[in-house]
Amino acid sequence: MTSAKERSTHEKPFHIVKRTDLPVWKSWLIRIAAVVASLIICAVIIILLTDDNPIQLYATMIQGAVGSPRRVWALLQGVAILLCISLAVTPAFKMRFWNIGAEGQVLIGGLGATAVMLLLGHSLPAPVVLLLVIVVSILCGAIWGVIPAIFKAFWNTNETLFTLMMNYIAIQLVSYFTYIWSSNKGNNVINTINVDNHAGWLELPPSIDRYGYLLNILIVAVLTVLMYFYLNNSKQGYEIAVVGESINTAKYAGINVKKVIIRTMLISGALCGVAGMLLVSGTDHTITPNTAAGRGFTAIVVSWLAKFNPLFMVLTSLLLVFMEKGALEISTVFGLNSSFSDIITGIIIFFIIGSEFFINYSIKRTHAKEAQTK
Amino acid sequence: MIVSFIHRAVMQGIPLLYGATGEIITEKSGNLNLGIPGVMYVGGISGVIGAFMYENSLPDKSAANPFWAIAIPLLCCLLGSFLIGLLYSFLTTTLRANQNVTGLAITTFGVGLGNFFGGSLIKIVGADVPSITLSTTSKFFSASLPFAQNLGWFGEIFLSYGFLAYLAVIVAILASLFLKRSRVGLNLRAVGENPATADAAGINVSRYKYLSTCVGSMIAGLGGLYYVMDYVSGVWSNDGFGDRGWLAIALVIFTVWKPNFAIIGSILFGGLYIVHNYLNQLIPMNMSSQELIKMAPYVVTVLVLIFNSMRNKRESQPPEALGLSYFREDR
Repeated sequence: MTSAKERSTHEKPFHIVKRTDLPVWKSWLIRIAAVVASLIICAVIIILLTDDNPIQLYATMIQGAVGSPRRVWALLQGVAILLCISLAVTPAFKMRFWNIGAEGQVLIGGLGATAVMLLLGHSLPAPVVLLLVIVVSILCGAIWGVIPAIFKAFWNTNETLFTLMMNYIAIQLVSYFTYIWSSNKGNNVINTINVDNHAGWLELPPSIDRYGYLLNILIVAVLTVLMYFYLNNSKQGYEIAVVGESINTAKYAGINVKKVIIRTMLISGALCGVAGMLLVSGTDHTITPNTAAGRGFTAIVVSWLAKFNPLFMVLTSLLLVFMEKGALEISTVFGLNSSFSDIITGIIIFFIIGSEFFINYSIKRTHAKEAQTK
Repeated sequence: MIVSFIHRAVMQGIPLLYGATGEIITEKSGNLNLGIPGVMYVGGISGVIGAFMYENSLPDKSAANPFWAIAIPLLCCLLGSFLIGLLYSFLTTTLRANQNVTGLAITTFGVGLGNFFGGSLIKIVGADVPSITLSTTSKFFSASLPFAQNLGWFGEIFLSYGFLAYLAVIVAILASLFLKRSRVGLNLRAVGENPATADAAGINVSRYKYLSTCVGSMIAGLGGLYYVMDYVSGVWSNDGFGDRGWLAIALVIFTVWKPNFAIIGSILFGGLYIVHNYLNQLIPMNMSSQELIKMAPYVVTVLVLIFNSMRNKRESQPPEALGLSYFREDR
């Protein structure tokens, strides 16, 4: 039986080897090639569906993403929120803790912000309300994130499945509170909160910030730089990397693995809470069960595609948001269903995921001689 | 009322049972396919496309042939979900991509595909019908035994479903026997627990991963088909399937990776999904508490997950290599 197996492996004309020596520019070339290939495939699909010429199509797409100042700002806002959540999940991923519960952590952070704005908005001075909004939403996100971490640290509970379930518990909690706090009894919609005194609104005066997105973008830009240095230049960032590489090495080096897991998930959850606050207090001024809109899942892809590097994440989140807005425009112009953008996003992600293989591995020809001697 | 509650719970549970059985078979090979919600959407919409094409090709709807009315959607559904399973296996097994990322991308893609074709199918094929209503074909899917109505409560609880419901139970039992008793099932579990050891024992790890993921996807896809063709009588509505795919993944954990437990578990989850409608009749409730009750399946799943990890019993753990891709040279 062993001989049969040996023969089968050595008769293959190709074999796959891990490669370590690929220059950075080459790996980026492969990634760009993958994006271009996916765009071509998407174009073919769109043409089959709409019978329109491809150049016209991409013009529509660019028009949809950056066609007017308002759209540019909306694009940047979209990038900022997605980037914020991607930053949040990154330290956990680097530690090989699969936090796919960002969706829930964002929602609970947003729910915290909503609660403060609704319940205290008219009884405390506005600056105090804003401060409370910030503290409470960060705290809520952190708590939601740390629960699975505690169980992972002490009982090795599967964190992927745990965080996944926490998402739906969070979504149901939010829909519960949208009923409780709904503006008109029973229609489960919370109207814009504190329109009169703007208590708890995270905003700059309209003279500086016309569309109301600037502050969000600035906050996330600062967070991106901070996260970069935290991961690459701090002791804690190093500990995260070691735990991610091998838990046994970490233990041997005297790192308290339990502490690192819990601390990292506190940070991860807290940043998701920030994203929830940016959405509720910084943009929407209300909450629905769909406030996070699947970004908690997209963020995982963003972070992974950028190889957990916060600076590259700016690019990957820009790419995904750009394609989403562009595809949305195509579907409106050509009267297609808006879910079209999900298909486009899916195809692009498949291509980029697939291209990683060619970066990490190379396919080598098995030499005829070698095959014979073995 | 209890009888009708059980009847409705079973109908809610069947898609979950298909999803969970498919996902269990997939996960036993070490592939954590988080794309199951997407797969179920694709299964549903593929069946719808097949049925839609068939119905539109008929000159007279009353002349529909029962065999084709069932076979065409069924085959389309199996083909659609097979292709998605193949895509997932190719990316994770051959290209060794990260399973979580691939799975989530599949979910985005699959749900998008379902909603897109659900919303644009009529426009694309240029049919002059107002909405996708497949009452002709769905009639064959939901046909139950003719004498079921005469048997009172017994008939309603056990005999009143379309054939796909019974198929779900049969598939779950077969899957359970396959995993527990057959040689191939044992090999499959070995691949999921420790692929390196399985490889050393002469098991073709990639082939097992491919096969189990594709078969698992096809089974899960049937859940989508059951939902649109039987449960909602052939009327597609976008996002109508909701979060049932995730509930199916929850069910996998709840039943500790055992398809035979999933039969009972799916009815329980199905019951929890609709219990608020019935509780409402006993004790008047407001809308808000219904939302809390809908949370129950997820809370229960988390508790089961915690309980099992604390007890640390070998039989109730996830497959050891779940979520990891296997590369022979990494050993």
